[in-house]
Amino acid sequence: MNWRTIRAIALKDWREVRGNKMAWAPTLIVPLIFCVVLPLLIIVLPGALSSGEGGDMMKDADLELFLANLPPAIAASIAGLNESQTMIVLLLGYLFSPLFLILPIMTSSVIGSDSFVGEKERKTMEALLYTPATERELFTGKMLAAVIPAVLLTWLGFAVYTLVLNSAGGVVMGRVWFPLPHWWVMVLWVTPAVAVLGMMGAVVISARVKSFMEAYQNTGLLVLPIIMLVISQVAGLLYLSVPVAFGIGLVVWLVDGILLLFALRIITRAALMGADKGT
Amino acid sequence: MSAAIETEGLVRRFGARTAVNELSFRAEAGEVFGLLGPNGAGKTTLVRLLNGVLKADAGRAHVLGCDPLIQGDALRRRSGVLTETPSIYERLTARQNLHFFGTLYGVPEADLPRRAADLLEQFGLHERADDRAGGFSKGMKQRLALARTLIHQPDILFFDEPTAGLDPEAAQQVTDLIAQYSGANGRTVFLCTHNLDEAGRLCDRVGILNHGRLLAVGKPDDLGRNLWDGQWVDIGLTAPPPAGLDAALRGVSGATKVQIEGAALAVQVRDERVIPAVVSAAAAAGAQILRVAPRAHSLHDIYFKLQAEAEA
Repeated sequence: MNWRTIRAIALKDWREVRGNKMAWAPTLIVPLIFCVVLPLLIIVLPGALSSGEGGDMMKDADLELFLANLPPAIAASIAGLNESQTMIVLLLGYLFSPLFLILPIMTSSVIGSDSFVGEKERKTMEALLYTPATERELFTGKMLAAVIPAVLLTWLGFAVYTLVLNSAGGVVMGRVWFPLPHWWVMVLWVTPAVAVLGMMGAVVISARVKSFMEAYQNTGLLVLPIIMLVISQVAGLLYLSVPVAFGIGLVVWLVDGILLLFALRIITRAALMGADKGT
Repeated sequence: MSAAIETEGLVRRFGARTAVNELSFRAEAGEVFGLLGPNGAGKTTLVRLLNGVLKADAGRAHVLGCDPLIQGDALRRRSGVLTETPSIYERLTARQNLHFFGTLYGVPEADLPRRAADLLEQFGLHERADDRAGGFSKGMKQRLALARTLIHQPDILFFDEPTAGLDPEAAQQVTDLIAQYSGANGRTVFLCTHNLDEAGRLCDRVGILNHGRLLAVGKPDDLGRNLWDGQWVDIGLTAPPPAGLDAALRGVSGATKVQIEGAALAVQVRDERVIPAVVSAAAAAGAQILRVAPRAHSLHDIYFKLQAEAEA
């Protein structure tokens, strides 16, 4: 593989995406909500509520049951904390962690959609296919254009999230408490895997749709497994600990590998050209 | 002459439709070969087959000695393709477009800035070099696409309806540029078009395509001679034709028909070699000859006659 070609394709795609507000605007707004707005609300609200009529949240029967069934590792991490501190650790330290994976999957699938369908939609794919770049180089370039920004954006989001939790949250917590150990696995091991998954999803969806908007809407489906992960945590079915996070990452990497083999088989010049139409 | 393109029994189907049907032809190195045919005749499919973008269902092809399917990447390094749609990146500047494609075609990093700047200058785009291509007119976009096609100095150029959809002035500019860069350094050009004037101006030889089948290949003059019996010669006279001219001309061996209308005289001859005898006979009969003009069949005549015959 020619890395000069791959680099040129990745940079070109990245420049193109920067010119498409529809593609990059959500990738800035969503992190802002996840990393700043929601944590601030969760840090500020319990304090505000407990001073008024909404106090004694911990007395809720469902919540008591939830707390009673926490695995020992998580129970240990909230032992000795007051009500507000417990809410912050549970919500922002545990329940939020799978939600954070929306950032890499959304960013890479949106860029991937713009890169594949957008190229077809804007009728630029044909010129690309007449160049000596191989299908693998084209695919790798496009993959890097989607995955690298997705991972970097998530890491940046994680840094901001850490800052918010330890500064605003520090008032309540009284110490630097974040990140919890499993977050490191989520960010360093699961995030790249999920970013690749988002890109692969975009490739599969792109093969079936004709416009960026159509692909963009369809990539929303990719968030479903993450929502299920969040629900599993809330329902007490699965808790993200270091081994669980590592296992999730392993499964996603395996799925990536299978999808990659599939993608390399279906991505041919004729398929990218739309060989069902001839003149 | 060696063949730049050679195909034998090339077939490509899309479902029940055969887009390219048993196509066999040669385009010689350094010539401008035109492929003429209506929309849907199979021209674009053929360009894709010859560049290894599509796979043939049967037959074989060689371009610059490469099998497009097996040595596609090596071939594409030496070929340039310009299609009806400019296929340029509208969110990138003109210069960024050329740098990007130059990199993909393997132009050395050190040569790229100079080469791109030269092409932008030659194609009248230098003042807008750092503007996004999305703001360009259709003609400018097609000129940029042509510059992109030349960035790696290819040995063979494929033009697929390069002026379709352009206004006459923009089309003329693109045709002029194609004429300028065709045949330079022995470069072969394969031009697909349904613009017969463009083909007549640019092509050394043409092939005429109908429903994926090649109806005829050759120089336009040769095709005309083969399609019609004999050749008409127009002879202009300064005075009304003298009595006996008709009989004198009919007596010339090889003259097959004579038409006289006022001072205009037209004679059909078996071939060009008969013309001197016709002129001598007319002069001997007392005709005051002003001019003699062999009537050539235009590419339009040839194209429409072949298409009509094929449809019939």
